[in-house]
Amino acid sequence: MIAAICFYIFATILVGSAIMVVFSKNPVHSVLFLILAFFNAAGLFVLLGAEFIAMILVIVYVGAVAVMFLFVVMMLDINFTELRKGVQDYLPIGLLIGVILMVEMIFIVGGWHMSDGIATIILAPTPPLSEVTNTDAIGRILYTDYIYLFQIAGLILLVAMIGAIVLTHRKRAGVKKQNIGDQVRRRRGQAYEAIDVKPGQGI
Amino acid sequence: MLEQFPNISIAYGEILLSLGALVLLMVGVFKKDSVNLVSWLSVGFMAIALCLTMATPTVQTYTFSNLFVADDFTQYMKMLVLVAAALAVIMSREFFKLEGDERFEFPVLLVLATVGMMVMVSANDLMSLYMGIELQSLSLYVLAAFKRDSERSTEAGLKYFVLGALSSGILLYGCSLIYGFIGSTNFSSIGNVISNYGDHGAPIGVIIGLVFVLAGLAFKISAVPFHMWTPDVYEGSQTPVTAFFAVAPKVAALALLARTLYVPFGDMSASWSQVIIFMSVASMILGSFAAIMQTNIKRLMAYSSIGHVGFALLGLISGTSEGLRGLIIYMTIYLVMNVGMFVCIMSMRRKEDGMVEDIKELSGLAKTDPPLAAFISIFMFSLAGVPPLAGFFAKWYVIIPIVRDGNFILATIAVLASVVGAYYYIRIVKLMYFDEPVEKFISRKSYPMKIIVTLSALLVLAFIIPQVSNPVLEGATAAAQGLVSQ
Repeated sequence: MIAAICFYIFATILVGSAIMVVFSKNPVHSVLFLILAFFNAAGLFVLLGAEFIAMILVIVYVGAVAVMFLFVVMMLDINFTELRKGVQDYLPIGLLIGVILMVEMIFIVGGWHMSDGIATIILAPTPPLSEVTNTDAIGRILYTDYIYLFQIAGLILLVAMIGAIVLTHRKRAGVKKQNIGDQVRRRRGQAYEAIDVKPGQGI
Repeated sequence: MLEQFPNISIAYGEILLSLGALVLLMVGVFKKDSVNLVSWLSVGFMAIALCLTMATPTVQTYTFSNLFVADDFTQYMKMLVLVAAALAVIMSREFFKLEGDERFEFPVLLVLATVGMMVMVSANDLMSLYMGIELQSLSLYVLAAFKRDSERSTEAGLKYFVLGALSSGILLYGCSLIYGFIGSTNFSSIGNVISNYGDHGAPIGVIIGLVFVLAGLAFKISAVPFHMWTPDVYEGSQTPVTAFFAVAPKVAALALLARTLYVPFGDMSASWSQVIIFMSVASMILGSFAAIMQTNIKRLMAYSSIGHVGFALLGLISGTSEGLRGLIIYMTIYLVMNVGMFVCIMSMRRKEDGMVEDIKELSGLAKTDPPLAAFISIFMFSLAGVPPLAGFFAKWYVIIPIVRDGNFILATIAVLASVVGAYYYIRIVKLMYFDEPVEKFISRKSYPMKIIVTLSALLVLAFIIPQVSNPVLEGATAAAQGLVSQ
């Protein structure tokens, strides 16, 4: 009962905020609605028992992607009203594509079947939810069976970081950095000079 | 529950290089002007990794829950990759000293790319295959764009990145189709499932997935029709980077391709052999004809490498251990020839212009710099496949299994393509010996470079002597049998 009520609340807010992402006039509001949509989607995942995906959704999408969107929206000068001009013209074809995608998804789900003997060769069988939680199950195989892939993924991220630095970091001449030693050593004489200005003349 | 600790002893080489890369990074960051030190340290790490790889047991061993495999084949291919990578670092030293753009990240990225290639060679699962390819490619994209102030280098990096990302996407799509239809990403399991299909054959989804995976891998070895990026990237990258690109990634990707075709999809050879035949023939023909028009020596080497990949792919068609042995020998000799040739290309340098890459600059080299002209001629004749040089034997060992299979049309095409290819290789020799000399190159070569070029020229010349060729032939035979027997 409570689950059903929660589902309807989350689902309504999710759909509502998703629509608002598209239709709100102010792009900053759009991003904020997007964050709201992510939170509600996370709520739906919790209801499904997929708490790991829910957390990932909040951490990755809200924490990183949505905040980055916000940065982009606020820092780049994009004319959003210009971008939104053709919405009315393209609405029918957009709706058509949406309907086609939905029909295709129904076909896929309807025609779903597993090959014979899949169960015997499956690599990492999922333990039942009553024994371990999702996070626990993922952690167990991620750091044991798949430790090799996990470490290589770490190396790939390291390469990405090195690459970003190699390609963008430059030693610039004349960059002023704080040097606390210099600041502390400075004497009064270096900072200002007392000049006796005669009235009516200036320096 | 306590899991069994994985048997890491067969992966010592990879582990050492990964940790080594971190050490090099620390040394480079915290010690000023340490490019030289970091470079030679990275060569040292590669040498130790080479010893560790040679010490691994050649009996087929799996570890990391069957994601990683070590056998004769991986051992031999990893040795090739490590030698190519170490030589690239050594070659880069003189180049960057003269260019005056020394950054310690170069050897670090090269070490990480090498780790990626070793992962590729040892991959026994679609997931480790992909991770290896990504680790390798990501490092290579950065290396291609390494000279960030140069428009051409940036263009090369960007082009390589965009097309490489596309090919990774194609590859992943293929992997997901295979996983979806077979239910496993492990090579052995996929092989078992496919051998159980029996007479009615694999489902169409698996075949489409296989073709997509082949397309993704063809991108990495730059086989036609997925070769478009090669000339631009080879031309735009700095010469030591090009020298590295031309050898090590191709060895690794061909090793990966061979394993993917032989182990999981060995029972579907009827499906993939047509694809390989097409790629091989198209690469040989395009490599020969397109190179004729080139004026830039690095572009010429790019087309030459496309052609050579076509020849190497011939070894995969027959599906036997003899064909695979041909491929392994081909890649070994290709490595030696290419390394030597790129050392020669790197000495094409004038005082005021810096590096020159136009083929015309080689005119009359025999009068201005006879030793360099002699070296280039040796490598050119060998690349063309003129007996009794090593390049001839490389082609011999891939074409003979084809002839034994009775595939005479293919063998004829291969021989004709190599005849056309000989034209542009030998044209350079003609240019050097019979044309009017142009301005001299500055003759400054460090001892490591001289040693590399002399050794590779000697190997190319002496391959006909059984004492020289036997270790290669024996190693290749053992490696090929190690893979085919699976």
